[in-house]
Amino acid sequence: MADKHVDEISGVETTGHEWDGIRELNNPMPRWWVYTFYATIVWAIGYMIVYPAVPLLTDASKGVIGYSSRAELSAELADAKTAQAGNLEKIAASSLDQIIADPQLHQFAVAAGASAFKVNCAQCHGSGAAGSAGFPNLNDDDWLWGGKPEEIYQTVAHGIRYTGDDDTRVSEMPSFAEILKLEEIKETAAYVVSLTGTPSDAALVEPGKALFEANCASCHGADAKGNREFGSPDLADALWLNGDSEQAIIAQMKAPKHGVMPAWLPRLGDTTVKQLAVFVHSLGGGE
Amino acid sequence: MSILDKHATLERNATLLLVGSLLVVSIGGIVEIAPLFYLENTIEKVEGMRPYSPLELAGRDIYVREGCYVCHSQMIRPFRDEVERYGHYSLAAESMYDHPFQWGSKRTGPDLARVGDRYSNEWHVQHMIEPRSVVPESVMPSYAFLKSTPLDVRNVAASLKANRAVGVPYSDEMIENAAADIKAQADPNADTSGVEGRYPKAKLGDFDGDPQKLTEMDALVAYLQMLGTLVDFSTYDDTTGYR
Repeated sequence: MADKHVDEISGVETTGHEWDGIRELNNPMPRWWVYTFYATIVWAIGYMIVYPAVPLLTDASKGVIGYSSRAELSAELADAKTAQAGNLEKIAASSLDQIIADPQLHQFAVAAGASAFKVNCAQCHGSGAAGSAGFPNLNDDDWLWGGKPEEIYQTVAHGIRYTGDDDTRVSEMPSFAEILKLEEIKETAAYVVSLTGTPSDAALVEPGKALFEANCASCHGADAKGNREFGSPDLADALWLNGDSEQAIIAQMKAPKHGVMPAWLPRLGDTTVKQLAVFVHSLGGGE
Repeated sequence: MSILDKHATLERNATLLLVGSLLVVSIGGIVEIAPLFYLENTIEKVEGMRPYSPLELAGRDIYVREGCYVCHSQMIRPFRDEVERYGHYSLAAESMYDHPFQWGSKRTGPDLARVGDRYSNEWHVQHMIEPRSVVPESVMPSYAFLKSTPLDVRNVAASLKANRAVGVPYSDEMIENAAADIKAQADPNADTSGVEGRYPKAKLGDFDGDPQKLTEMDALVAYLQMLGTLVDFSTYDDTTGYR
């Protein structure tokens, strides 16, 4: 404005706006604020030059340092790999028995397997690998499909009843709801629980034994100790996957549960699966 | 009178001020948003993506309805900790058929972008019914009612059409067969060649443990089991996607 009005009391210029005789002082912004503002502008220009920022015709400017979050990730993953150098190659080249025999390599594989376990396996088998109803406990020595390192590897790599893998372990206990009468199922269940010394109705056990031999022994064995070739569980021990009560066994005979474990080889790769196998083998039940 | 003093004209005319503001905001918007639609490195093409099968789409609707996104994200960021836990980082193209996308920004629970194939159907069903029976430290609520709620299949074709209207390439054939496909995918005895042909890599068979009934649990598990499984990362070249 040409005719600048200066406030008489403060001696400061006003903005020229007036509302019913009230005028607005035109004080300058604080200097620190103004300089900070200028600095942010300079920073923004610098940022646009250094980092990818400006959209062009088919591409955006790459920035002088060529930053890429994905390239940074690749570099970080590569660094992590280098830090484990030697160990991973050795694991890839060694058999499971060789890994277990080499104390240093074994320690590495167990530690790496434990971290892979927490990410991928803990949801079903529990953070402590103790499992829950329907999901096997991996700490004990009761194995459905075998507790040798190669057997554990096979299970982890190809899964159980997993449709996407041709080498997956398959077994299906048939439903006995149609094959046996309810009375016979009860007798068989009474016999099965009697094997572990659990008290059951002695009158049912005797016919149950005959029924067991006729219907169950082909998979679970005459001694009911199971058969790992078919993944059929040991029924003579006190470790149960789906519950130890007579009721649970009757339910399992009528409508057997067929647990599914995914195949992990395609997702995790051979080295990690090996480490997982060594870790699970080290938990206490390994053979 | 410098040019800066002319702002009085703008400030005293509401219509002019409105038009001027719109102009300024549009320039900002156009510069920031428009390039995303044509820049080659923001449009990433990958092989394997297909529209959701009708059953997966129904499951996705349940996922949205139940607010799963409030606690679960579907976006694996390119950081080492995320990639080592969840798998390959998410690509923009992997949510190209998501309306709306489920990236999310809060993880009370884990990221679900690649939860497909990680666990068995039985695990998912048990986990929905009683989360703490399989994950003792979980704070997830129970969704047991999904297993007893029959899936509403009346609007399936309309749902596909609505998605087509916003750009998902559902063919006429897909829409015609939607009502049959949604049932066939979850029926272990059905002829599934049609579903498989139209929706490669779709997970087939009974999901909720009850082959007789088609429930909301079937749909949700079918959706969860395909999440992040469409792109084959063994053939994906990371370096082409640096950005």
